[in-house]
Formats: sequence, structure tokens, C-alpha cells
Amino acid sequence: MSTFANPQETAKAPVPVSKRKAKGADLAKALIKNKMSLVGGSIVLIYIILAVLAPLISPYDPFEIDLVNKLQSPSADHIMGTDDKGRDIFSRILYGSQLSLAVGFVSVFIGALFGIVLGIISGYYGGLVDTIIMRFIDVLLAFPGLLLALAIVSALGPSLINVMIAVGVFSIPTFARIVRGSTLSVKKMEYIDAIRVLGASDLKIIFVHILPNILSPIIVQGTLRLATSILSVAGLSFLGMGAQPPTPEWGAMLSDGRDFLFTAPHIALFPGIAIALIVLGFNLFGDGLRDALDPRMKN
Amino acid sequence: MSATLTKEKEILHVKDLQQYFPIKGGVFGRTVNHVKAVDGVNFTIYEGETVSIVGESGCGKSTTGRAILRLDEPTGGEVIFQGTNLLSKSKREMRSIRKDLQVIFQDPFASLNPRRSVGQTLEEAMGILNVVPKVDRRRRAVELLEQVGLKEEHIDRYPHEFSGGQRQRIGIARALAVEPKLIICDEAVSALDVSVQAQVLNLLKKLQKEYGLTYLFISHDLGVVRHISDRIIVMYLGKVVEIAEKKSLFDNPCHPYTQALLSAIPEPNRKKKKERIILKGDVPSPIDPPSGCRFHTRCPLATDLCKQTDPELKSLGEEHQAACHYAEQIS
Repeated sequence: MSTFANPQETAKAPVPVSKRKAKGADLAKALIKNKMSLVGGSIVLIYIILAVLAPLISPYDPFEIDLVNKLQSPSADHIMGTDDKGRDIFSRILYGSQLSLAVGFVSVFIGALFGIVLGIISGYYGGLVDTIIMRFIDVLLAFPGLLLALAIVSALGPSLINVMIAVGVFSIPTFARIVRGSTLSVKKMEYIDAIRVLGASDLKIIFVHILPNILSPIIVQGTLRLATSILSVAGLSFLGMGAQPPTPEWGAMLSDGRDFLFTAPHIALFPGIAIALIVLGFNLFGDGLRDALDPRMKN
Repeated sequence: MSATLTKEKEILHVKDLQQYFPIKGGVFGRTVNHVKAVDGVNFTIYEGETVSIVGESGCGKSTTGRAILRLDEPTGGEVIFQGTNLLSKSKREMRSIRKDLQVIFQDPFASLNPRRSVGQTLEEAMGILNVVPKVDRRRRAVELLEQVGLKEEHIDRYPHEFSGGQRQRIGIARALAVEPKLIICDEAVSALDVSVQAQVLNLLKKLQKEYGLTYLFISHDLGVVRHISDRIIVMYLGKVVEIAEKKSLFDNPCHPYTQALLSAIPEPNRKKKKERIILKGDVPSPIDPPSGCRFHTRCPLATDLCKQTDPELKSLGEEHQAACHYAEQIS
């Protein structure tokens, strides 16, 4: 604080016009400056563009069976080769990116939604409610994630929607824990007390004052969680619990290629690379986002 | 505002207020003990006056303020505000009373939501209990800003664009927005520079005249307290040890703790020799406070009586009370 804090004087001093827009520009600048987030962000962006443009740029119909040209190695006609039923792998990977992104976003959304609600209730009200919710979360955490998802899918039946639900459910604990922690720290701020003294209801305090102030850790967690979710969905599909053939899902494609690993390794290789890259992209981007949003990183 | 003139109408009466915080332990989080932060506090505040609570860190002065506001639920006692006991009210009933009872906090950096502009903060304050109709809120917000020494152009700025002193002014404007009767200033100037402190204190005094406010001023700074108060409450380890008019307290402290506290004020005049009373030891733990008088472990005058019986607040002439067995001899 300046010792010249005479209000009349400081009021005259030019104050930089930094509104929320400027904040967003700062964030974008920080993300571009950070090499990790730049690379990660670019990968994610390319995937999104490819997914959107898939119907336009894919050279073949991803479902078209062409037994004459089956098990072909990559060539000018089929840049990633064909699988055991002669379907073009490149086209299938393009359509698969639509699926993977959608699945990732939906399951993260499910996890975030329930995680935020449980975390805020737990952190804000505390006491017995907190204990009950957190023990429930601990139980969820105690299960290995994939095993829990497997259990849920086998109970609900194998389908992509059930896989999304299952993966969403096992994202709940991480969100709930992060949200609870942030809520606890924001709840103690004096501006929350001030608004309580003004007679605000709990709902207003939670939605208007707490939620906007804990968004950054949620966004970071969401980005990182996207990578895990996409990987888990691919894993479940690989095990036959998710997307059913002939859906062009990367995990399922990987599983199809398993039988031809020695004769036609490209069938498994390309979906594998696709999965690895998108997971890498989201992880790098999430890490960069966390650094950019961390106030301690600001100079 | 001479205290004797305005002393007719009681605005706040705190009766035997207790605030115990449980200490949880063990696997199942059982309550193993209590921190007796505030243990049977009594005082009255009259309309239009400024009463200060002083004491060292951990004596329960801020906790008393929070308990009156019901930011923490007190363990026991009564808080009678304008004739109604706040502690008997439900949360819903309490909400409508809140308009008359506001607070200004210590930390100007934590007391404003960083994501809301000054205008949003002030308009929201007026909107929660609909104190000002929606169409007038913006105009009123500008008015409030001007009253606390800020300008109209500040209304769309965010808290991070202001200095500590300016933020504290915004905090004051927020409290004023609902036109309260009593404002609890919880260390309201402690986080500010000395020069800014004086400005904010003078602003508070000015606003008191304009709005006819009553202040409960919580502070550890005797200089600040001397500047602003009509009456002073001295607390030690969760209890009131002395209540007196400002002049009477500074000239004639009747509790050994108050004497020690006042002797710590630096004397600018070097020729004036001043005896410094240095207390031995630390403040005992409020988990397991000493028997009898809580001050007996550090009191230079303690006797066996002090170890056994807890002294009541007793009157020593007009508007001067002290909780010491030997108050008459000391004075």
C-alpha cells in the first residue's frame, strides 16, 4: 500500500483500465508463452478441427467394408492402411475423434456436475453433512477407477452411454475433493461474512460469491480429467465394455488390431497413437492452464 | 457527541455471552474439550455512542463481535438488540434484522469479492433486503461512494484496482448501504497505514454524525481507541475486566490489567517519567483458564482470594466498573 494513499490523490492517478476482458487476454498470453500449454493446446485444437471436419475430409466411409482391400499396409490410397474388413483406418480415426471428444466432455461434465454440488455442500455446510459426503467420496476413491467403471458397466450393460456414466462417476471424487477444499478457503474470506451480515441466503452466497471464485481449479481439473476420461473410455472399449462394433472408437479399433499385431501392426498402431496424442495434448494444456491461473506464478 | 447526553436509549445489551469452540479429537471427532473464547461477557451500548473493546490477541474481542452478529452461533447468553434477543431468532427472522446491524472488517484485501465491481457490491448490499428500490440503487451507490471520499468514476472498477485505504472506504460504503443503526468495526483500521488510519477514523466520525450511527469498535490499538471512543471495554481471556468512560479509564484505571495495558503506551515527552508495568508470563490457555480471577497468574497484586473467587464487575462511581477484588484500593 502506498503511503500517499490520500484518496483524492490516488483517485486522480491514472488507473489502468483492466476489466475482465483484459484478464482473459492476460491468460491467453500466458498460455501462449508457456511452451507446454502451447503444444498441448495446439494438439487439442487440431483434434477438435479434425473432429468437426471429419465428414468433409475423410476419404472413405468409415463403415464401408471392402474385403478385397483388407489388411492393406499404409499406401497412397489408404494413408493409414485398412483393417481386417478393408475399412479405411484414417477415416475411422477421424470419426473416432468425434466420438472420443464427445465422450470425454460428457463424462467430465457428469463428474464435474456431481462433484461440484457434493464438494460445495460438503465444504460450505461442514459438520455431519461434510463427514457423510466425504466418507462416501472416500469409498469411491478406494476403488481403482477402472475397476469401478467396469463394475458399473457390467451392471448397466455395455454401451457407450453407460461407459460415459461410469467414467463420469469415477471422476466425481476428484472434483468433489478439489471443490470442497477451495470452498473451505473461500468460505473463510471476510467478504462472505460481509454478505451474510447483509442477510444473503445460502444459495446466493454459494452461487454468486463462492462458485465464481473457485472456478479456476475446477477448469484446470476438468482439462486434466478430459485426458483421463478419454483414456478410460478407450480402455473400457478395448475390453469390449464400451463402444460396440462397428463403431469407429479408438479403443475398440485397438482391440480389433490385437489379433493382427504381427501381420498388420498398423491396425493397432494408429488408433494407439491417436489416443496417446490426445491424452498428451490435454495433459500438457491442463498443466499449462494450471500454471497460468496460479497467482504465485505471476511476476 | 457527549456520552451523558445520549445515554437514554439502550441499543445493544449483551448478557452473559458465552462462545465456546469445541476441540475435536480422536477417530470419531468427539468433542474432547472447549476453547472458552468468550466466557460470560456483559455490557450495554447506548444509541449514538462509540464503545470500544480493547485487549490483546486472543482475548475474545473479535469473537464477541462475531457472536453479536451471529456469524458464529454463541454457546449461551443473550444479545438484546433494540429490545429483541437476537439469539432466540431463527435464521430467517434474523435476516430481516440484519439491516440494522452491520460490520466493517479488518482486512481490506479479503473483505471485497475480487470478482465483483464496486457498483455490483454496493447494489447487491441494497438489493438483498431490498432496502433501496432497484431503479435508485445505482444513484445511491454513487452517493455512498462520494460520502466515503471516493468518486463516481470508481463505481465500475474492481477491488484490485484500489489501495488498502480505498478498499476500506468501499467496505464502509457497503455497510452504510443498508442504513444500519449499529456498526461493529472489527479492527477496521488495524491493517492500514497510520496516515490512512487517521483519515478513515475521521471518516467514521463524520458518518456517525450524519447518520446517527452507533459504533462498537474492536481494536488492540489504544491510540485509535482513545481517538474514537466514548466508552471503553477492556477484555482479558474471554472476560470483561473493566468498563469505563474514556477519560475515566485513561486517567484512573482500576484494574491491574488495564494499568499494565496503559503503561505500555509510549510517552512522547521524555521528561515525563513513566513507570512501565511489565507482566510476567504468557496469557494462560483459554481451554483451561485459571481458577478464580483469570488474571491472578500474572497479576502483581494477586492474593489467595484472587485464586479462589472470580471477582464480579462492580461499580466504582459513575460509569466505571472493574472486575477486581481490590479495585477500590487501586483507583
